[in-house]
Amino acid sequence: MPHRLAGVGAPPSAYVHVPFCHRVCPYCDFAVVAGRLSDADRYVSAVVREIECSDAWEPLGAVFIGGGTPSAVDPKLIGQLLGALEAKHGFQRDMEITLESNPEDWAPEKAEGMLSAGVNRVSIGAQSFDPVVLAALGRQHGPDDVGAAVAVCRSEGFNSVSLDLIFGHPMETTSSWSDTLRRVTDLAPDHVSAYALTVERGTQLSREVSAGSPAPDDDDQADRYEATLEAMAAAGLERYEVSNFSQIGRECRYNRRVWAHGSYEAYGLGAHGYRDGVRFRNVRALDAYLARVEAGESARAGREALEGWPLELERMMVGLRRIEGVELGPGGAAFLASEEGQRLVHAGVVSQEGDRLVVTNPLMTDAVIRATLALP
Amino acid sequence: MKVWRETNYDSGAHSPERRMTATSRIRNFSIIAHIDHGKSTLADRLLERTGAVSERDMKEQLLDTMDIERERGITIKAQAVRIKYNAQDGEEYILNLIDTPGHVDFSYEVARSMAACEGALLLVDASQGVQAQTLANAYLAIEAGLEIIPILNKIDLPAAEPEKRAKEIATIIGCDPEDVLMVSAKTGEGTSELLERIVRDIPAPVGSETDPLRALVFDSYFDAYRGVVCSIRVMDGVLKKDDSALFIATNSVHDVAEIGVLTPKATPVSRLGPGESGYLVTGVKEIDKIRVGDTVTLSRNAGVVPLEGYEEPKPMVFSGLFPSDGDDFERLREALEKLQLNDSSLQWQPETSKALGFGFRVGFLGLLHMEIVRERLEREYDLDLVATAPSVAYQVTMTDDTVREVRSPQDLPAASERKVLSEPYVRAMIVAPSEFTGVVMELLQSRRGVMISMNYLTTERLEISYDVPLAEVVFDFFDTLKSRTRGFASFDYEPLDYRESDLVRVDVLLAGDPVDAFSTVTHRDKAYEYGRVMAEKLKELIPRQLFDVAIQAAIGSRIIARETVRAVRKDVTAKCYGGDITRKKKLLAKQKEGKKRMKMVGAVEVPQDAFVAALRVDSGQGGK
Repeated sequence: MPHRLAGVGAPPSAYVHVPFCHRVCPYCDFAVVAGRLSDADRYVSAVVREIECSDAWEPLGAVFIGGGTPSAVDPKLIGQLLGALEAKHGFQRDMEITLESNPEDWAPEKAEGMLSAGVNRVSIGAQSFDPVVLAALGRQHGPDDVGAAVAVCRSEGFNSVSLDLIFGHPMETTSSWSDTLRRVTDLAPDHVSAYALTVERGTQLSREVSAGSPAPDDDDQADRYEATLEAMAAAGLERYEVSNFSQIGRECRYNRRVWAHGSYEAYGLGAHGYRDGVRFRNVRALDAYLARVEAGESARAGREALEGWPLELERMMVGLRRIEGVELGPGGAAFLASEEGQRLVHAGVVSQEGDRLVVTNPLMTDAVIRATLALP
Repeated sequence: MKVWRETNYDSGAHSPERRMTATSRIRNFSIIAHIDHGKSTLADRLLERTGAVSERDMKEQLLDTMDIERERGITIKAQAVRIKYNAQDGEEYILNLIDTPGHVDFSYEVARSMAACEGALLLVDASQGVQAQTLANAYLAIEAGLEIIPILNKIDLPAAEPEKRAKEIATIIGCDPEDVLMVSAKTGEGTSELLERIVRDIPAPVGSETDPLRALVFDSYFDAYRGVVCSIRVMDGVLKKDDSALFIATNSVHDVAEIGVLTPKATPVSRLGPGESGYLVTGVKEIDKIRVGDTVTLSRNAGVVPLEGYEEPKPMVFSGLFPSDGDDFERLREALEKLQLNDSSLQWQPETSKALGFGFRVGFLGLLHMEIVRERLEREYDLDLVATAPSVAYQVTMTDDTVREVRSPQDLPAASERKVLSEPYVRAMIVAPSEFTGVVMELLQSRRGVMISMNYLTTERLEISYDVPLAEVVFDFFDTLKSRTRGFASFDYEPLDYRESDLVRVDVLLAGDPVDAFSTVTHRDKAYEYGRVMAEKLKELIPRQLFDVAIQAAIGSRIIARETVRAVRKDVTAKCYGGDITRKKKLLAKQKEGKKRMKMVGAVEVPQDAFVAALRVDSGQGGK
């Protein structure tokens, strides 16, 4: 029997990047700009121009405003971005409009402003409820700020509230993580994203580890992940992707679109999009982005056209992260026929369920994807 | 490459017809010494002093020419150089300097070279004193009945202690310390006296021109243009160009295309008579038709009694050699074939390993020989090799009383099929400062050694002899000895016999599958140690897999050590959103590339390097 999620909730989407942060977190390797919030007006004008200059598409069912810290900017600017998107592509009814945010940004007037700008789903970077871990992650908020932010968002009437979590910092303990999980479920979020802390190249964290600071431990992270699965299930939050959990029907539609290998638009610096078999990305530096767009030039820094077998393998790569896996297709058949594929089946990592290939041990997803990408 | 190939070959057209020299004016001798005690320098000096080589033409250490020989300061092949010397008695003498391999790995060749001599110069470094290799070679020379001229070299060095060292020499050969000649091969000091001593002390060869020809082959060499060239020493009779020569051991007859002497330039002669040494070219292309130790006679003297001492070359140490890249198998075979052209002692047969693929089980004369061959294969033939731990040949008496030789642990018959298992023993000779006596004894006891003797060379240095299983010295012995004695001990050994031992085969299993490359034969008392160390090493070397991997060491079906490589628990990228896909895809594809350098052993992925690391032979070479 196909999974309830197979083929649902992945409408045409757009991603908009707002790179500004008060400061850069030590683990972050996203396209972020610290301390230039005064450039936000100019930046948003540029993005609006980029949207206006793009080809019209079909009405959007999801918009994701990510960062950076979009909640740090004036809600009016968010309203301008959404206005430009609607004017260009049109919006579907009951669409999802997500804003990434930091807990400390949610004063009631900010929430009111964002709501009237059109945002209906908020994702709050809670990360942890352990004050030591929060400090080690370079976060500006304390554990209690998260509850306050959730309360404000709820009372202002946001449709859906999601919490982002980071587990497996070396300073975290088994009990501090279970405490975090308890506090998260007590807040009854609609959605939770829980990520294992990863040391990305070029980050401050990476430099600290090279200099001898303890690195996150895979086995500890596996333990924390398993604890997370248990706590989420107990709270009615179903896992629908490796790191994402939600109440039924509250899955993030924009992300579902990406994992379904559907097309999505992307605007802003460092943004990546995918339209009709072509992946594209924008320039990553703020000044270069502004200069290009203001001069009426394209912000594109690169594109990759996918077709044939690589396209099929990529479909599997992104889709296998989902609870419902992927339709077998030619890639799935080749996988099951391969020696490595059979090893993974025998090891209980992946299995064929009807006409689908499903990763049954999400902690080992990359082993399956690596084997997939190597299929001749 | 040898001197006689490097120097311009003299066709002989202009060579004066030479009369044979009366045996009374011939002296045949070799120089025996520990490594770096100055053997080659002394040889150079003798050539220079007698005018055989002008100073301008002098290439340092003329006799050692192969690259590896030069780097290691050893001589692999023997050769003979003829020196004319006008002695103080007014007579002209012919001195034949027979160069011997410095190492007893080549003890058979050393013995054959000595059999071509009547005397030996025993050369000892005046600062370092007698070393194990000095002893081993001195004993061989005494056994061969040679007249020994004891010499202390490097007396010009500030650290030289000639009186003390002279006493050491006197102790080992039983001479008067006064008789020890003081020389500096570097400055030439003492070489005139030495030349006189050679003429005075070393007996002239005996042998009759009228007896049937008997000549000893004490070296052979393959030349790409001339075929097999051998060094010979005529004992009796006369060998002439165009004679029909019979090689007795191989029972092959070849015409003498050319005979000659090395001055050191190759100089053809028409005859070689009793007591003379030289080279012989027959045009034979197969090295195995001409064996070191064989006796050459004339085909018409077929019934002549051969000279004593001929033996088939017998490998002592075995190791599996596998190309790291399976595609190099044929190149490895060709390289071995080429090496064998000049080294008939090198033996091999194809071997298949589940873990390492196709390769060869190669037999070597000893540890140094093994190191040299491996190095030459890697250096001269640009091969990247994985070598399995060296082992020895075991003798197995089966329940039906047949006797087998087993050269590879995998070939050892099951305990139920065999009655007696014997292993080769060697006599280990160690020279060390006396404060290390306890350390050396402890090491040898731990290697199942049986003490034979302990002699003080002086009050501060002593010689210790042990009978010890060869298998115990082929792995890691010399390095351990060196480090425990802070580099002061020297070590050498000579083969003895086979002795019965309580030996077992230890297998190493990965996830239940035996890994042939890691099997070893060892004494029962040491099996647990081997199993434990191997399991621990492999635990570090084998990456975590999809499932727990049991690493077990077993004797038969009995598990004696166990470690577990826990399964990978987490192998997933936390985030994969719109912006990450291309980057993640590249990263994962690259990681997959890295995994291609793995070898599958049963269901377990083992990195290629893990075999090398687990089998790493930390043992140095004996004799250094």
